[in-house]
Parts: sequence; structure tokens; C-alpha cells
Amino acid sequence: MKPDSNTVIDLYRTMVRIRVCEESFIAPILSREIRCPVHLCTGQEAVAAGVCAALEKEDYIFGNHRSHGHFLAKGGKMHEMVAEVFCRETGCSRGRGGSMHLVDPSIGMMGSAPIVAGTIPLALGAALAAKTRNDGRVAVSFFGDGATGEGVLCESLNFAALKKLPILFVCENNLYSTHLPIDEIRVSRKIFELGIPFGEQSHRVDGNDVLEVHGAARKAVDLCRKGRGPVFLECMTYRMHGHVGPDDNIQGSHTDIRPPAEIEKWRRKDPIKRIERHILKKRIASLRELKEIQAQAENEVLEAQDFARNSSFPKKEELSLYVYKN
Amino acid sequence: MSIKTRRLTYSLAINEALTQMMERDPSVILIGQGVKSPWYVGNTAQGLIKKFGEQRVIDTPVSENAMTGAAIGASLAGMRAIAVHPRMDFMLYAFDPIVNEAANWSYMNGGKVSVPVVFWGVINRGGEQAAQHSQALHAMFSHAPGLKVVMPSTAYDAKGLMVAAIEDDNPVVYVDDRWLYNTEDDVPEELYSVPIGKGIVRREGKDVSVIASSYLVGEAVKAASTLEPSGIDVEVVDLRTVKPLDVDLILASVEKTGRAVIVDPGWKMCGLAAEISAVISENSIGCLKSPIRRVTLPDIPAPASRSLEENYYISSRNIVDTIMQLVGADLKI
Repeated sequence: MKPDSNTVIDLYRTMVRIRVCEESFIAPILSREIRCPVHLCTGQEAVAAGVCAALEKEDYIFGNHRSHGHFLAKGGKMHEMVAEVFCRETGCSRGRGGSMHLVDPSIGMMGSAPIVAGTIPLALGAALAAKTRNDGRVAVSFFGDGATGEGVLCESLNFAALKKLPILFVCENNLYSTHLPIDEIRVSRKIFELGIPFGEQSHRVDGNDVLEVHGAARKAVDLCRKGRGPVFLECMTYRMHGHVGPDDNIQGSHTDIRPPAEIEKWRRKDPIKRIERHILKKRIASLRELKEIQAQAENEVLEAQDFARNSSFPKKEELSLYVYKN
Repeated sequence: MSIKTRRLTYSLAINEALTQMMERDPSVILIGQGVKSPWYVGNTAQGLIKKFGEQRVIDTPVSENAMTGAAIGASLAGMRAIAVHPRMDFMLYAFDPIVNEAANWSYMNGGKVSVPVVFWGVINRGGEQAAQHSQALHAMFSHAPGLKVVMPSTAYDAKGLMVAAIEDDNPVVYVDDRWLYNTEDDVPEELYSVPIGKGIVRREGKDVSVIASSYLVGEAVKAASTLEPSGIDVEVVDLRTVKPLDVDLILASVEKTGRAVIVDPGWKMCGLAAEISAVISENSIGCLKSPIRRVTLPDIPAPASRSLEENYYISSRNIVDTIMQLVGADLKI
């Protein structure tokens, strides 16, 4: 089933909000106003947007170190996320987590963490809880190609299939695990095949085509809700920036990783440009309307940064708060 | 209101805690390897599957990392999960979800979420099982901020601390000991809890404080009885909770007796006994009549052969010897 026009516009808006917000971090990172490690997801917006639009508010998602997009797409408040990246008291994690620890249980964003694959079994457990209660919720685990090197992924794939849990494993394959290209970490590039021996329905989609991601995610979520999960989805994508911060890891620079031609090839596959072309071609919205959405996003980001800058840092005498819940 | 008690073994006291908590709260689930099999968990889980079904009592593949992580995730999603590790040694596969995720989760998310999960690890030493079927790893977990660690020494505490661990909104590592499973105690039939973070004086004395936990509390009490005819009056403090330590209780006892022997079923280096020794030194060194002594496992892996095991594990005899060395000269015994 094709998504209706409103859904397409919503997907576009989500992707633009993520992109503008991500790019707005670069200047304050360079000026050292932002100091926590920031892993930008520019280029990967279609995955977060497409998957989260297939979910209900009550469904659970768990992210990783690169989860700004997941947080926003699931419905997290931008100003709380930006304040967290600025490590302020008003941040979603009250400045105790920074960019890598984004949470808002009220909208099902259950947390994110940079221990590679660390949140995969947590999402597994949320799916187990949903199944035990039979409440129809679905859990999504977002992870990267680097996580395929961790044993806990295989443990989780096995258990999810064994218990038919309502979980969607979403691998965002951006072809690099930090500095290592995928061919240096595994023999096969076909990550989605990992799910097959465990008995999972496993698919690969174009992760830069938000409509394809969304369609696959809707089918997968539907199967999970009917008790016919789990599903493994590999989304082929590319991060336009380097692993962390605004350094683009271009060959010849000091990080010396990615060939400029490769980056250029993926720039032409920019997921936002692609959906823009689709919207204009199908006359779902006019160019003026798209510009309006961009302007709204830019305004929202400016307001979020103002909010963050005007928020105080956590008080130093409150260092020991939150170690335990009393 | 009279409280009805009867003699119950330690393992059945755990079973009763699990049964009553699962009856009372539908969000309580038990997950881990061997919950179907007495081979793994003794009789601690008997009858649970029949009563609560396989949706809530979940036997699992051998996947400690994912299963423990799943217990955490389920607890984040509204359940109160107990992840059981029938041999604590295997729990090291789950160090990441326990220490990196559960322990940090509340803090690094600014207190927006907490993890009401229990990590139940069984120490299963002796019987020539060698180095990987014998380890007492409570000190490792006690090192991490965000965790609580309890070590019940009696059947009464085994039930009460399991209930408290399940009720707690924070991750609790519950460490019990197979050597205690057949010991008996008066255990109330009703649901009750033993407060986490509070120790108890098991035997009052004035000459020396023996601070112990888990099965060594019983050995310490035995040592105290052995020494009674010699006129050495031993106080035995049962920690009950290893983290957070009941510092007030420890210091009050040591300030009264002026001597401390710390008995720990774990290794010496960076161990629980070292921490307690430091706490006493920092706060009450002026009260000490003699140096603090530690009775711990040597910094050696557990051996298999019975001839070596006998020399490895701590018994009341080691505690008696240490107290005699410490107090005997002073009291001219």
C-alpha cells in the first residue's frame, strides 16, 4: 500500500528537521561550545524517519551512539535533545548523558548507548515484555554494521526467532564501522542474511529511499503485531560526515579514510533530495511548500539552540543525583 | 497479629519469595538458563512454570549476555524481571548489560528511567569443580555505581532479601550460595522483606568484631562458640547487603570491641574485605587495639582436587585461628 500524501509530507518534514538540526551542531562543535562526542546522522535520515513513521507512540525504540534521528523521528522534543547535546540541565537526560544518551519514555524512546550492540538485547527485552503482556506493542532495535561483529546480536536474533517476539532489528549499514570499511570487518556484505539461519524474515532495502524503508517497516511492524515477528531489516545507507564530529574522514585528510569519489556518489543519492524530487514529480506539494517546511525546521532549530544556550548547566552540588532511584 | 513461621530451607525460602511475588505482581518474570531444571537451580524454581506459565518463567538458550540484557529491557518496559545465573561464573558474559547498561541507565538518563531488575547469581563452589564453577564475584559488581548487592546468610534473609530485591526500583545483584541451600531457619509464611543496606548483629560480644557475609556468617558464629570456653567474647556482624554497606553498624561494633576480623568468601585483592578495612581505618582507627585482619580466599583460582580445596576454602577453623592470633596474646590465653 502506498503512503498517502500527508504521510509523504510528514516523512519529508521529519527528515528535514533531522538534517537541519544535525548540521546546526557543526559550528558549536568547532567553537567547543559543544564538547561531548557527537555522531551526526546526516545522510541516514530516511531510516529513522521511515521506520518510526510505521510505529505508534506506545511502541519502543532503542538507539545507539548515532541516535539524534531516532529520537526526533519517534517524536522526541527537539529543544530537549539539543539541550542535552549542549549538556544542560534542561536536556532530555538532564545533562548527565550528552549526545549519546537520549531518552524519552513518554514517546517510547527508551534510550540509546554507545556500547556497540549494547542496546540490542534491551530492545529484545522490551519485545519480550510486550509479548508477555500481549499488549500489541512492537520494539525496534537500531544498530549499525559495526554491531554485526558483536556476539550478542546473534544471541538476540536467535532468542527473538525462538520466542516469535515482536521486534524489528534495523541495521543501518553505512559501510563503515568507525574507521574500518565493511570489507575489512566481514567476508559478506550481505548483512541481512545474518537473520536467515536463525529463522528470521530478513530483507535488504535502499536505506536512502524513505518510501521503501517506510513500506518495509510497515510490513514488518504489521507482522510483529500479528505475532509473526521478528523481522530483520538491513537499510543500505551512508553517513555524509565521518564517524564522530564534523570531520568527514576524507582520504588525504588526517583521518584519511573515505575516497572523495565515494562520498560524491552518495551525495547524489541524498535521501532528502530524492524524496523532494518524488514529491514535486507527483505534485504532492509545491516547491514553495517544501521551502516553507525547510524554513520552519530552521526556525525550530534556532529556537532549540536558544533554549539550550539559555539553560543552565547542571549544578555541581547535584553531581550525585540519579545514581539510584529513591 | 501473630506471625506464622515454620522451619524452611534456604532454597525453598527463595522459592517462596518468587512464588509470592509472582502471585502478587503480574509484572514479575523469571528468566534464565535452567529454570525448568533442578540440575541448575535446585528447588528454588519448583512449581513456578506450572503456576505462572512459560510466558513468565522463561528457560533460555545459553546466551547470558542477551538474556540478561533482555531482563533489563523488559524491566525498562514495565516488568520486574529476575535474571538467574545458576553459576555465577557464567555471569561474566553478562558483565556488559549489568555494568554498562543497567548500572548506568538511571544516571546517564538523568533519572528519567530506572531499572527494577534482579541479577541473581549462585555461587556454586566445592565438589572438585575447579576454577570456573566456583567463583564468588560479588566484589566486582560492588565496584560499579548504580548497582546494589545483597548476600543472604540465612533462609529468613534469603526470602526477605529476594522480596526486597524484586521490589527495589534499582538493579540489585542477589548473590546466594549453594552451600546454604539445605540450611534451615524459622521463616514466616507471610510476605516480608529484609531492608537492603542494613546489616545485623548475629551474636553480641565485647572482645572482637567478626564482620562476615553469606555462608561465612554461619562459620563465624561457629567460631564464636568454639572460642567461648576460652573466654573470648566474639561479636558477629552479618552484612546482609554488601552494597550499600551498613557502615554505621560496622563502625559501632568495631568501636565497641576495638578489634576487627573481616571474613569474606571472595579474593583478597581489591575485595570486599579490603573495602571494609578501609572504611574502618578511615573512621575508627583510634579505637583499634590491634591491626585489622582479613580472612579471605587466597589470590588463587579455585582448585579441583579435594586435597587442595580443603586448604583453599574458609571454615570456622581459619576464623578461630585468626582471632586467637589477634586476641589471644592480649587476653593472655
